[in-house]
This record gives sequence, structure tokens and C-alpha cells, in this order.
Amino acid sequence: MATTTTTVPSAGPISGSRSFISRLRDGDEIARLVTFIFAGSVVLITLLLVYELWRESYLPRHKFGFGFFVTSVWDPIFDKFGALPFIYGTVVTAGVALLIAVPLGIGAAIFLAELAPARVSDTLQFFIDLLAAVPSVIYGLLGVFVVIPMMRQYIQPALKSSLGFLPFFQGPTYGVGFLTAGIVLAIMVIPYIISVSREILISVPRDQREAALALGATRWESTWKVVLPFARAGIMGSIFLALARALGETMAVTMVIGNTPTISASLFSPGYSIAAVIANEFTEATGDLYLQSLIELGLVLFLLTFLLNGLARLLIVVTSQRGSGMGQA
Amino acid sequence: MKRLAPLFLAVLALVAIGVAKAALSINGAGATFPNPIYSKWFDDYHKKNPDIEINYQSIGSGGGIKQVTEGTVDFGATDGPMNDEQLKAFQDKHGFPILHFPTVLGADVPTYNISGVTGELNFTPEALAAIFLGKVTKWNDPLIAGANKGVNLPASDIVVVHRSDGSGTSYIWTDYLSKVSDEWKSKVGKGTSVNWPVGLGGKGNEGVAGLVKQTPNALGYVELIYAIQNKMPYGKVKNSSGEFIKADLSSVTAAAAGAAKNIPDDFRVSITDVPGKGTYPISSFTWLLIPSKFSDAAKRDAIKGFLKWMLTDGQNEVEALSYAKLPNEVVAKEMKAIDNIQ
Repeated sequence: MATTTTTVPSAGPISGSRSFISRLRDGDEIARLVTFIFAGSVVLITLLLVYELWRESYLPRHKFGFGFFVTSVWDPIFDKFGALPFIYGTVVTAGVALLIAVPLGIGAAIFLAELAPARVSDTLQFFIDLLAAVPSVIYGLLGVFVVIPMMRQYIQPALKSSLGFLPFFQGPTYGVGFLTAGIVLAIMVIPYIISVSREILISVPRDQREAALALGATRWESTWKVVLPFARAGIMGSIFLALARALGETMAVTMVIGNTPTISASLFSPGYSIAAVIANEFTEATGDLYLQSLIELGLVLFLLTFLLNGLARLLIVVTSQRGSGMGQA
Repeated sequence: MKRLAPLFLAVLALVAIGVAKAALSINGAGATFPNPIYSKWFDDYHKKNPDIEINYQSIGSGGGIKQVTEGTVDFGATDGPMNDEQLKAFQDKHGFPILHFPTVLGADVPTYNISGVTGELNFTPEALAAIFLGKVTKWNDPLIAGANKGVNLPASDIVVVHRSDGSGTSYIWTDYLSKVSDEWKSKVGKGTSVNWPVGLGGKGNEGVAGLVKQTPNALGYVELIYAIQNKMPYGKVKNSSGEFIKADLSSVTAAAAGAAKNIPDDFRVSITDVPGKGTYPISSFTWLLIPSKFSDAAKRDAIKGFLKWMLTDGQNEVEALSYAKLPNEVVAKEMKAIDNIQ
């Protein structure tokens, strides 16, 4: 009974155009306010997160001070905590991952956006999106059962015998370590780079390409000299996304990195990352100093992500000023 | 329709009563190692006493101690006993002490993967400590080979594997090494996570087992239950009577019985490396942490009831899940201690 009556008022006539417009205006204001709150809440949540990490890491900040960043002993029994090996491991594994993933990912994106027929491109894109959705523990298992044995039996001995004069490829080969973690991370972040870069490349206006071709450029020249510079900002965005994921990845890294806080130039050496040590030790951390040191590691990871992203952005600004001055998206 | 209404109300009332009756829910949190047996116990106890429901979250021993101290759960559970500082923190906050009740026993076993060696290896305490300290690095070191006459041990490097996550398993292992090696005690110490002198870290028993299985010449430690269930090869360890003992449920219970005579009233006792024949030296109790005072009498009675059941009928269920049961002396002592809960 009640439901039928409610429809009546809305079916009634609109009571004058001026008040309708003002109501619409009101609606605009409301929409503005609501979206502003949403946007503001993102900033607020970030600030609260930093504040909470800061507040909850009071003890180690005061006990160790700056020493937390530069010492490398992590001993919960004797209450000595230094973050350096974890910072090192996080940066090195993310670096190795990007070194592998960026050329591969951008190369694949160029093929999909510029060279492949649309149907092939769309089909492949579907599979790439699937890859991006695979949970990280699956990549970790892939690492444990496929990458680690392969590394130990074939790749590491081969690298050692061919490039063993470099400090990066020396020492015992356990299979686990910085290089393995970097490779698994690379596999994980490549889909992000391809997916985002492809969209960016596709959205480069057609006339840019046509103009280049009309000036006598080959297809590759138009891609390399016109399309890519045009899309540079967007491609950099995809690399940031990959970097952020690589820095914060927990599960897959802890399964393949060897979980030993070491600083070694050799990529064969087992290591440890910030996210991995937090995940490993947080549940069983007793004692305030121990727990708060883990929380301070979280703060360090946050700052590290912030810092590296800032540096990367600075890099873009510098290179785009020096570059051709081609239009930026 | 109208005639059905009273019936409907009656059903509703019955459901409400049912909900109200089952409303005595008790919450606990803590150790992951005993989680399978605790889940079974709480489930079976609920079937016997439908009005009592015990919920358990296996968040880790550290989390269990923290939550019971903060009062967010009714009881905690831990693989390593609370230290004096933690006991004091509880006492200061609540004004009454917290009690430890051993429930079942666990053990750690050394597991290895050496190409060409299929038999069971013998490990002396000195060898285990030296290997984990990084002082013995080759499998054919006299310290290992001396206890394994006739086994052709290779001259290759030992790859030590330990747990990377904080765990009761590591607590037992490091507690044992601290007892048998002064150097370990002063340099590394005992705890759920320690600063390992050497080795790779694997996450969880499965992580350690995976690394040991895959890496030639590796040596690691896992929970006895995990080794039994996954049919992993593991070595014998020399106990304080000089016998090489293979861990199984009876040798672990024997270790607890060996310690039972000297067990303190608060049950906070380490049973690694205890004296006695046939005892497996790397064993440990796991404990429930029960506050000694409850403001809610119904909750108190339910917990006391559960403890009594756990120590009698409950103990008959543990071996099916590969846990070692408590020796009778300990059960008798705990039965008396239940009266301390008020």
C-alpha cells in the first residue's frame, strides 16, 4: 500500500523554472562538496597514516635516532635494531625488477599499440590484464617451484662462469636471493607497465603519426621519435606504478629472497626487504621496542616510496626541459 | 494469515531463547602451533556443551600475550612462557596474576638433504650449536662425522635453514641451543625471532621444508608434527643421558615426564635437554594463558569446566593429530591448579 503513494509527488509538475535551476545549482554545489570530501579524505588518510606510524615508532626513534637507518644489526633478543639491510634489499630488488621489466614492458606495449593488428592486440591485452590480477602468493609459489631451482641449476652457474669477474655475480649460489626476488618482481610488474603504457600509446593522436609519416619518417621512426616522446609522461606513470608495487611487495618476495639481513654487492646473496621482515615478525613481536621498530620500518618504507617517486618525477622534469619540448599529456 | 501469527511469534521466541542460551561465548587468541588441536577441542566441547562457544584466533604467541594483557580476549595461548616482565605487566594492569596451563607437547626435529645420504643422521648438541653458529661449515667435519660412523658425508658446505617468521618452533630450537651452548646463549639467545648468525630464512614450516628439500646439503629444523605428516626424513639427537633419540610422540612425552618432578607451580618450565632415559631433548609444552580472576562467574565456570575436560577426555584426542600428550604427573598438578581460578 505505502509504496504506490510515494511515486505520486515525483510525477507532479515542476514548480517553476527558476527554482529548478537553483536546485540544479544546489546539486552542483553538493556534488562539488561531496567529491571534494572524497578527494580530501585521500589526503587525510595518507596524513593520518604517516602520523600514526610516526607516533607508534616513538621508542626506536628516540633510542636509535638516525642510527636506525645506518646500522645493520637486527637483534630482537638484545634489542638492537638497524634498518640498513632491509632498506638495501628493498631498493636492490626493486631496482633489478625495473631493470628487467621496463625494457620488456615498454617494448611489448609498443608492439601491442603500434604494430600488432587490433584483434591480436586486444586478445593479448586480455591475458595481460589477467596476469595483473594474479595474487602475489601465486607468483611466490612460481618463484619457489620454478624460478629458484632454475636459478640454482642453470642461470646462476652460467652467470658466474661468464660474468663472474663482476662483483654482482660472485659467491655461493643458493637459488634464493636478490636476483631471484628481482626476477619474480619483474614478472609481477610487467603487466602493469604493458597495460598502462599501451593505453597511453593508443591515445596518442593519429595526426601526430600521420604528420611524421608525411614528412618521410619510417613507421619505426614515427614511433620512436614522435609517439614515444609524446607519451613519455604516461609511460613514466606506468613505471611509477610498477616501482611502488615492487617496493611494497611482501608475500612473493619473502618466499624467494632468503630472508637474511645482509648487504652484499653480489646479487646471488640472500637478502631481506622491509615489507618481508614486517610480515614475518609482526605477529610474534613481543616487547614495545621490537614492535615499534617494526612500525618504524613501515614508516621507512613509506618515506622510501615517497623519496623514490619524487626523484623519478624530478627526473622527468629535468629530461623534458632538456628534451625536444614535444607536447606533454 | 492471522492464525499463523502466534505460531510465528512462538518460533521467534524459541529462536531468541536459543540465541540467548548460546550467548556465552569465550574468546581466545594466540599460538598457531596448537591451533589444529585447539580447534578440535573447542568444537568438541561445544558439541558436548551447546551453550558454551569458545572462539580461538591463531594470531601467534606474541599477539596472544598482548591481547590477553590488554583484556581484549578472555584467554591467551603461547608456545613460549611469558617472561617476568610480561607477568608483571599483566599484574599491574589487572591487579591479579595470569596462570599458565600446559595443554600439549611439541618438538623440533633437524631435517636435511644431503646427496648420497639416505640413512638417519645422529646429531650431538655440540654439532648442532656449532653448525647454527656458523663454526662448523662442512658436512664431513669431525664433530658431525664422529657421531655418524660409516656414513659417507660429503666435503660440501652446509646450507643452514631457519624460520624467518617469528614462531614457537624457533623458540624451542633456540631455547635448546641456549641450554647446550654457552656461546649461543651469550651471542644469540632464545626467542621467537633471533639474530641468526648464519643461514637462509624460510617462511613457516613449509618454507623451511621447501628450502631444505630443494637445496643440496641443507640442514634445517621443523616441527615434529610437520615432519611426520609430510613424511620428511629427520635425524636423531643426543639427549643428556648420552642416547641418540629419534623424536616421536612417546619420547616427547617422556621428556615432559622427566621434567615433571621439578615442575614449578606456575608451570613456566622449559623441558629442552631434561635429564632422563629415552627423552627427546628438543621438546616443549605449549600453554593456555588464563587470568586468575573472572568478573563473570559463568565465564569462569565454563573455562574451568573446559580445562578439566581438556586434561582428561581432551588428552585422548591429541595423538590422532600427532601431538604428544601430557604426562600424568603434569595433569594431576594442573587439576589442582584449576582451583586457583576465581
